Amino acid sequence: MALSKDPGQATAQQFEHSLKEHALQLVDYLESGNFSEAVLVVHAINQARDRGLYHEVGQLTRALHNAIVNFQIDTSHALGDRGEASRISDASDRLDYVVQLTDRAANRTMDLVESSAPMVADIGQEAAALSAEWARLQRREMAAEEFRDLSRRIGAFLTRTEQSASTVSTQLNDIMIAQDYQDLTGQVIKRVTTLVHDVEESLVSLVRMAGTVDRIAGIEHGEEGQAKKAPEKGEGPQMHADTREDVVSGQDEVDDLLSSLGF
Amino acid sequence: MNLQSANLHFLLVCTEVYLDKNMKILIVDDFSTMRRIIKNLLRDLGFTNTAEADDGNTALPMLQSGNFDFLVTDWNMPGMNGIELLRAVRADERLKQMPVLMVTAEAKRDQIIEAAQAGVSGYVVKPFTAVALKEKIEKIFERVQPK
Repeated sequence: MALSKDPGQATAQQFEHSLKEHALQLVDYLESGNFSEAVLVVHAINQARDRGLYHEVGQLTRALHNAIVNFQIDTSHALGDRGEASRISDASDRLDYVVQLTDRAANRTMDLVESSAPMVADIGQEAAALSAEWARLQRREMAAEEFRDLSRRIGAFLTRTEQSASTVSTQLNDIMIAQDYQDLTGQVIKRVTTLVHDVEESLVSLVRMAGTVDRIAGIEHGEEGQAKKAPEKGEGPQMHADTREDVVSGQDEVDDLLSSLGF
Repeated sequence: MNLQSANLHFLLVCTEVYLDKNMKILIVDDFSTMRRIIKNLLRDLGFTNTAEADDGNTALPMLQSGNFDFLVTDWNMPGMNGIELLRAVRADERLKQMPVLMVTAEAKRDQIIEAAQAGVSGYVVKPFTAVALKEKIEKIFERVQPK
């Protein structure tokens, strides 16, 4: 779907070639005082320029149209026709789905952890209490009555531990299964990445075509101020933090930076 | 307490700085899962008196009327973001002394410096650990209420 590499190059070269020829002719006519012929040459130059321009604008329009068709960018509102869901809006739906899936998995995992944690803590506490009693028994500091009580507690503890262990084991399994979102979201994100890549390629081709139009028409663009990001606005997680100077790569670097500021 | 238990609690409570476990904490983050994680970690540290808000615009009125002792906020949020919330807190006569801990994915040096200049009390970058969160909270309150 990518557009041809340098579509306007030939047209632009043709135009420049004819411009050069005509210019020589023009100089000849002017030097020999043949002004009516000179005016005709100027006219011819104009015509050649217009032809090239029309040609390029036409190509640009076609390329734009193709890009829109290829990506089915949602123009149904703008153009008043009913289109199917575009690839772009499909992509944002898909990303929403990723957010949903990760949200659900995170909450499911936390539910399970919150349900398991008290059981584990309880086993730990009861085992500690029983250990202390057991040590007393081994030091022969325990009366028979107390021992009967201890043995009942140990029996109950073993039963409870068995049940808890089975519950926790099931929940650990469920936590593992809750990570299946990685596979699904991975696939979705890969598709969206491919789309973004395609869009980028086509945009680059369009920009190149527009450049040819500018060249034929002699349009020059001033450097429009590049949008400067205010640090005020959050930017989210930074990629490749470990190879960048302006980004910290972990809590230690944050701490170093803050302490260098007197924190 | 049983030291053999794998419970996070033991890792976290072994060095004890005096902290008022009843202090009222506001957790501000636009992602409910992150609020829940922070809330759970704070609960493991013994802080159970927490409330939540999803951005600065909801947090600020809560802070102004709610007798909070401590603010934990994200940076990047729709509506009023964390740095704006921090500035609003520092500009408010009744709130300006409140300790503010920023827990955020924003990791540019400029941003950390900006937060420091705006008067942040501590800065934790995501992804973070329970230990890092505990350390920062303790450090903040050591400074706020020297023994």
